[in-house]
Amino acid sequence: MATGKPIRLFRNLSSKIAAIPMILTVLFVFVGGTAWTVTYSFTSSKLLPKTKFVGLRQYERLWETERWLVSIENLMIYGLCSMVLSLLIGFILAALLDQKIRFENTFRSIMLYPFALSFIVTGLVWQWLLNPDFGIQKIINGLGFTSFEFNPLYNSDIVIYGVLIAGLWQGSGLVMVLMLAGLRGIDQDIWKASRVDGIPAWKTYLFIIIPMMRPVFITTLVLIASGIVKLYDLIVAQTGGGPGIASEVPAKYVYDYMFQGQNLGQGFAASTMMLLAVLIVIIPWAYLEFGGKKRG
Amino acid sequence: MTITTQSTGQPSVEVRDLVLKFGELTVLKNLNLDVYEGEFLVLLGSSGCGKSTLLNCIAGLLDVSGGQIFIKGNNVTWAEPSERGIGMVFQSYALYPQMTVEGNMSFGLKNQKLPKDEIAQRVARAAEILQIEPLMKRKPSALSGGQRQRVAIGRALVRDVDVFLFDEPLSNLDAKLRADLRVELKQLHQQLENTMIYVTHDQVEAMTLADRIAIMKDGLIQQLASPEEIYNRPANLYVADFIGSPSMNLIKGKLSGDTFDADGFAVSVAGYDFSRQPSSNEVWFGIRPEHVELGEGSGPHFEVTAEVVEPLGSDTLVMTRLGGERFWLRMDGQSRVTSGDKLTIGLPVHAVSLFDGRDETRL
Repeated sequence: MATGKPIRLFRNLSSKIAAIPMILTVLFVFVGGTAWTVTYSFTSSKLLPKTKFVGLRQYERLWETERWLVSIENLMIYGLCSMVLSLLIGFILAALLDQKIRFENTFRSIMLYPFALSFIVTGLVWQWLLNPDFGIQKIINGLGFTSFEFNPLYNSDIVIYGVLIAGLWQGSGLVMVLMLAGLRGIDQDIWKASRVDGIPAWKTYLFIIIPMMRPVFITTLVLIASGIVKLYDLIVAQTGGGPGIASEVPAKYVYDYMFQGQNLGQGFAASTMMLLAVLIVIIPWAYLEFGGKKRG
Repeated sequence: MTITTQSTGQPSVEVRDLVLKFGELTVLKNLNLDVYEGEFLVLLGSSGCGKSTLLNCIAGLLDVSGGQIFIKGNNVTWAEPSERGIGMVFQSYALYPQMTVEGNMSFGLKNQKLPKDEIAQRVARAAEILQIEPLMKRKPSALSGGQRQRVAIGRALVRDVDVFLFDEPLSNLDAKLRADLRVELKQLHQQLENTMIYVTHDQVEAMTLADRIAIMKDGLIQQLASPEEIYNRPANLYVADFIGSPSMNLIKGKLSGDTFDADGFAVSVAGYDFSRQPSSNEVWFGIRPEHVELGEGSGPHFEVTAEVVEPLGSDTLVMTRLGGERFWLRMDGQSRVTSGDKLTIGLPVHAVSLFDGRDETRL
């Protein structure tokens, strides 16, 4: 046919051209980089990548290393506590701010302020605050409570909780703002209906409002989770991984082996393990969320 | 009619000198209202008149700034909404989205720690009255607008209360469904014989449903009367203009003796039932488009020219000009009038309303 249909490839041509740089970035940098890393994790690369394949040797070494095991344990503790506590703190703060109080904007800014600081600054600030010689412990001792001891950063059993405090201080504000936006999206008539029904406020939150905020919770969880997996700079600034190796985390392990230990193969193996862990969480979730039958 | 018995019945809801302020803004100004047992009272007004605010005060969802509210003789001014013996239906339905229809209707009752069989019995009865039994296991997202609003009414019904409050319950529905549900609401009221207070901005809903209508403007009740009274004897210019579509023809002019005189138009109002003397000779002359007589009737008559003709099927609206103002006529739907036609009209005195030119109240 002479006048035939326009060729599908050329439809919306300008938007397709505009998308090309991002498509290339995704293909070469993200997908390509990931594939390259996974491939070289099976080699004995040291300072420079080389293609001498050694099978699963790097992984065997990885799981025999004490430092990696401590890293994994720390990430689990930090991740679980940070997920639960920042959701809890963020939601409670948002619920309190949602009571039509005065100076709401001021409070919101104060709570969100730590989020404007980088992890490096946060880590340094809390390193000082938790320092027994001139931080919180010193102040409370100075008030007369001489037996008071709060010194997490120099105690290898609880050092990760010291990092957790800083992480929560930095991240809860963002969770609060997201939750507040979610609460504001709830139809006020729902609140009125539950008051007429005589349902106490905490029950309304628990059984009606929070289930209605499911999309906000998912967004928030994704943001918190991505922050947890890439936890690195906070550790570097606050503890440097110490005392000893007590506050090491996987991302730091990867960085140290790749760029300081001059052991690329080991670093790649560790980062592949991190990728695997993330996929194990994401794939079942994505299947539940997007797979199966479509929801209305 | 039932209205006379109701107006002498027991007051179910009493509002005394109610004041509500939002900061500097006074929304309700010393408002008084008695709603009688079993009465269907409609609060009618344009947006911002305070009608929903008044309803929220009665429900206890807003703290009043002054005055008192009694329900069934109890002072409930500071009582919690759930303790007032009211059920409420909202414009947006306000159903709990992740619960089934049954869950929505029973959640409040479960919270009151009622026995299980009592809850089941009440829910089943409400479902039967509203004919929503097949929907009980569905979630609100799987229901149409009309079904959702029925569930919302059901949630109020199971509370087994004396007073129902409706906040524009039909406004989110399309015209056909609105008319259907309006009839069902009227039947529901006849069946239950509860006191109902209903807020709307739709005068058709108000006229069809109400035993009495309270027309509100600027936080004050302009007129509180039966639909017939409000239609036939509007208390002031605002009510006259607000009720009726198209609204009452209103012409400003001078009254000298028995003659009303406006720009090139004089008519005798001999026989008008004055309730009081006008404060000056300035008055408003009003007559509804449907009360204008066609042809040379018994009274005075005039010749007018049709300027715009709007055929509606059931009747035809014709815009003419009288006394320098637009003057609408409502004619039979079958009458063939085209613009430019000359018409003879009569203005029967018994259908005329006169309003004072200064305070705009009925004479």
